[in-house]
Amino acid sequence: MSPYAVKLATRHLLSHPGQTALLMCGVAIGVSVFIFMSALIGGLATLLTLRTVGSIPHVVLEMPDRDPALLAAPRATQLVVQKDLSRRNQIAIWQPALPIIAAERGVTAVSPQIRGAAYVERGQTLAPVGVIGVMPGKLSDIADIEGAIVDGSSNLPTDGILIGSRLAADLGLRVGQVVRLTSDRGRARSFRIGGIFTLGVASADRQAVYMDFTTARALFDLSTGISRIEIKVDPAIDATGIAARLRRSTGLKATAWTEENGQLFEGLDAQARTGTIIKAFALITIVVGIASAMLLSIVRRQAEIGIMRAMGASKRLVVSIFVLEGTLIGFVGAIVGAGTAWLVLLPLPPVAQVPSGGLPIDRAQGDFLLAISLTTLAAMLASILPARRAARIDPVEAIGS
Amino acid sequence: MSGSPILTVSGLTKSFGEGEALTRVLKGIDLSMQAGEMAALLGPSGSGKSTLLTILGTLMRGDGGRHEMLGVDLVNASEAERTRFRSRHLGFVFQFHHLLPDLTALENVMMPAAAAAGRESRAMQTRAGELLEAVGLAERRDFRPAAMSGGQRQRVAVARALINNPALVLADEPTGNLDRNSADQVMELIRSINRTMSTSFLISTHDEHIAGQCPRRIELFDGRIVTA
Repeated sequence: MSPYAVKLATRHLLSHPGQTALLMCGVAIGVSVFIFMSALIGGLATLLTLRTVGSIPHVVLEMPDRDPALLAAPRATQLVVQKDLSRRNQIAIWQPALPIIAAERGVTAVSPQIRGAAYVERGQTLAPVGVIGVMPGKLSDIADIEGAIVDGSSNLPTDGILIGSRLAADLGLRVGQVVRLTSDRGRARSFRIGGIFTLGVASADRQAVYMDFTTARALFDLSTGISRIEIKVDPAIDATGIAARLRRSTGLKATAWTEENGQLFEGLDAQARTGTIIKAFALITIVVGIASAMLLSIVRRQAEIGIMRAMGASKRLVVSIFVLEGTLIGFVGAIVGAGTAWLVLLPLPPVAQVPSGGLPIDRAQGDFLLAISLTTLAAMLASILPARRAARIDPVEAIGS
Repeated sequence: MSGSPILTVSGLTKSFGEGEALTRVLKGIDLSMQAGEMAALLGPSGSGKSTLLTILGTLMRGDGGRHEMLGVDLVNASEAERTRFRSRHLGFVFQFHHLLPDLTALENVMMPAAAAAGRESRAMQTRAGELLEAVGLAERRDFRPAAMSGGQRQRVAVARALINNPALVLADEPTGNLDRNSADQVMELIRSINRTMSTSFLISTHDEHIAGQCPRRIELFDGRIVTA
């Protein structure tokens, strides 16, 4: 690119400020749409993921299913495999696995749990519940129970439990009341309701009952083992890979949240594809706009181009001038568009704090640099054909016209 | 005013179209010009003046015949060689000034040299300034064409044609768009440059008054030179 091409291109753009500003404005609008869509689609995905996985474990480690040993009988024509239900499904030796899990990159919380089915008695009413026994200090490792307490406190003494607000409403329970809880192992015990929580997840608010780890061990008759280990990871989307690695390192069955939320992923994927299509259209608009503007400019400047060619300007110089003009329009327009989008998105709250009904726009996912580079590249490509056409102009015809 | 021959053309032909639409515009032109010569090219419309100037300016090729300038065979030269030759040894003045509207007078004068070199230089600026002074427009060097009169623009165009010290300037109706007074000023300027710089001029014109100011007349009729 010769310095003279740079001079002629910039001089032409500066000599027609209105036209140049209009073109750059068009590019800026396209870039703003591109960035806005990236921030919106990304923010929406983040919000959905947050809302979906915020209160659930990202990876669950359990004992692998035990299948009976198979003996192939000679001339056997049919084989029946039955799940082995002769023993309880528990992780008997779990303490050695904890440091291995905690050392895995991306793991942010590890919560060994004792789980079991039980029912709460209130007068003549029985309500089925799922009991979760958590270790001290790990109450909010998976779901933010402490933050979700709406009545009472989150303390868990050995005779205390925390229940969901829907269960409390269904049975007319209040903090301080004593209820009787019977486990599926037939053991029964009375507990004082220490706190009531609202997670915002209907199943948890109606059925989850939190209690002390040791108390749960006794209630479900588990002397040493535990039911499962629940894990949180960051970012949540990495759960599949982390689960696979933990499966290998611990020998336990590892299930990532992504495996059980396929529909959510399909939805997010479709949403991302829609966003990509809209962004592609924004880019196409920019390309068409710049290409049309350059073609019009060439028609208008035909005599100019002809005279330059007649006076010894090479085709390469002519191509350089027009490609540079298009690229500059694209680049400056992209910077203006990105700057405007940044300023407009600046006052919006982070996705996690978006109020109900608000647009979950994540500025960090705005793809600002990608938008600027793609637009500049697109503008350059859009100018090449018109520029080559300009270079092919016959000086004799151009001067004559 | 005479010198060594700079341009030799012999048997030059040019036709347009084909079949029944074939039009033979040049039917065997023989012409030579000496260094420092100034000639008027006359002829009625359709006689082939513009086509001849276009071929001599290496903007178009003839169909047959010889075309040499400064010892270079321009018939067999490649397009790139012809472009290079044009920028170094030929100057052009057109009926319409065709100055670039975004450039100042000084920048317009520098344009052919800068376009060939890919950059402007201090030497080009100095030379362009001298040329603008020679055409009487030193004080207008920073004006754009839109801020100048028709005569001034055409004088800038003459200065532009001279920036590369061409051996020959081809002028196609250079005063055709000017009033009598401006036309005389431009012709006086061309005569003065021809005298002081020994640059050859071939000026195509319909105007006998303009032709009368040139020492040599070349008359074209129906694709042939009838007076040289």
